[in-house]
Amino acid sequence: MRPNSRSSLARGLAIAAAALAAILVLDGAMHALLAQFGGPRPATADPHASGIIGWLLDKQSEFYRQMSSTIRAAKSDGSAVWTLLGISFAYGIFHAAGPGHGKAVISSYLVANQETARRGIALSFASALMQALVAVVIVGVCAWLLNATSKTMCGAEKAIEIASYALIAAFGLRLVWTKGGGFIRALQAGRTTPAPVAAAHHHGHDHHHDHHDHDHHHDHDGHVHDEHCGHSHGPLPSELAGPGGWRRGFGAIFAVGIRPCSGAILVLVFALAQGLFWAGIAATFVMGLGTAITVAAIAVIAVSARDLAGRLSAGREGGGALVMRGVEFAAAGLVLLFGIGLLFGYLAAERVTCL
Amino acid sequence: MRRLLGLLLLAGAFALGAGPAQAHPHVWISSTSELMYAADGSITGVRHAWTFDDMFSTYVLQGIETRTKGVYSHEELAPLAQTNVESLKEFGFFTFAKADGKKQKFEEPVDYFMEYRDSLLTLHFTLPLKTPVKSRELVVEVFDREFFIDFTFAEKDPVRLVGAPAGCQMKFQRPNDGSANAQKLGEQAFGDGGNANFGMLFANKITVECP
Repeated sequence: MRPNSRSSLARGLAIAAAALAAILVLDGAMHALLAQFGGPRPATADPHASGIIGWLLDKQSEFYRQMSSTIRAAKSDGSAVWTLLGISFAYGIFHAAGPGHGKAVISSYLVANQETARRGIALSFASALMQALVAVVIVGVCAWLLNATSKTMCGAEKAIEIASYALIAAFGLRLVWTKGGGFIRALQAGRTTPAPVAAAHHHGHDHHHDHHDHDHHHDHDGHVHDEHCGHSHGPLPSELAGPGGWRRGFGAIFAVGIRPCSGAILVLVFALAQGLFWAGIAATFVMGLGTAITVAAIAVIAVSARDLAGRLSAGREGGGALVMRGVEFAAAGLVLLFGIGLLFGYLAAERVTCL
Repeated sequence: MRRLLGLLLLAGAFALGAGPAQAHPHVWISSTSELMYAADGSITGVRHAWTFDDMFSTYVLQGIETRTKGVYSHEELAPLAQTNVESLKEFGFFTFAKADGKKQKFEEPVDYFMEYRDSLLTLHFTLPLKTPVKSRELVVEVFDREFFIDFTFAEKDPVRLVGAPAGCQMKFQRPNDGSANAQKLGEQAFGDGGNANFGMLFANKITVECP
């Protein structure tokens, strides 16, 4: 399917659809942000929400409530541990499918930083693993080693939570700084005299067309190819994605993964009290595995959506680079907004286990 | 191409879906509550007994030293009760009262203690109203707006009126099932021009009407 074989009408329609979808995504994100604004905000959580979200919430609660009885059962019947692991895995999958700041930050980062789907999956698994590890370390040190009270533990959780949000904000700020530069350059390139810029555009143009063709022949290898291109060429887009890639990726993992899930903390403490700390640890990691699968799926969707937008806009002479830099800049801004919103309490994340 | 468009729309749907709901409960509380009245017929406060679920009870008791293992006296649990009522303040004690449509304020909790029975922890506390109030209609709602805690009232005697004037009638309403709520949500948002009290959709609602 060569680009020039498509009618301009079809292309126009496709661009319009992509633009509409982009607006929907942004609108959804803004609503998610605004709905949670303000101190005595109206309740945003409707536990009996109908539809998919309602069903997810019901399932989560169901699995979660089964955990305590299963751990108790495991004290006398070792085979119940397998049931516990199964429940934990399902809980992890469903828990991550619900809304949460971790996924939003990771997805936005992937879009902003031109990451490939493959790296998106790797980052999702790494951050989920880190989350599980942090939960085990907190409970292991506070409850098991020091026999600290839940009040102390909750204080530690709160401190870590603030650190995590500050890191997300700092991380977002850095992304905005980097991506803002690219956006402004693309903006200037679109405005200044056509002679030197046209050459630059041609480069970018060809570059995108390569992906286009390649992808339609071997869909699954497309991303690998992307990565390779991103590192070897030196035009505007790849120059920004290349350096600092993994290091920046670790930044994302750390900022998001340092804050443990409240559910994991509760399960670990409960398992410890029942003398089955090891089962709690196993459950926590299996839970993390489930979470990682869902987050990875969402990350792949985010990356695919961005790649599609890239392909569609690449066909347009001139505007393509500007659109993509704009999308990346907006996604970077979203990471910063999430960080600031969480830090100052405009955005409500899952509460820590303090009562 | 069509497949990719589908993906894009799916991404949008995910972002949109993130709006309405954000949490699911990690703590379950089974409550029984009493509305306390003075001799002159004004309501003076609310007395709650909140029993935490198995897992959270265990979590709260982590690190509490006792003379006998597994037995917790009121004295041993006193600091814990103190911490609990203090941190409840941040959430408005999850209790919201309106007298004839006017929001009422609560004082700091009094008479609080915890007890441990059948591996479950129960927190007892009284919330005095800042100013006792006489009203034709009184509404008390109990819920967590972030839904981190799922409040369910006891099956038997969920709410009692203590010393209420004769002729007062109490109505207790549990959170409804999903379909009814979705419908109510639509109607309310429409009727109140967006100022609807979404919280009441999953609130336990106590209504007392006095002549």
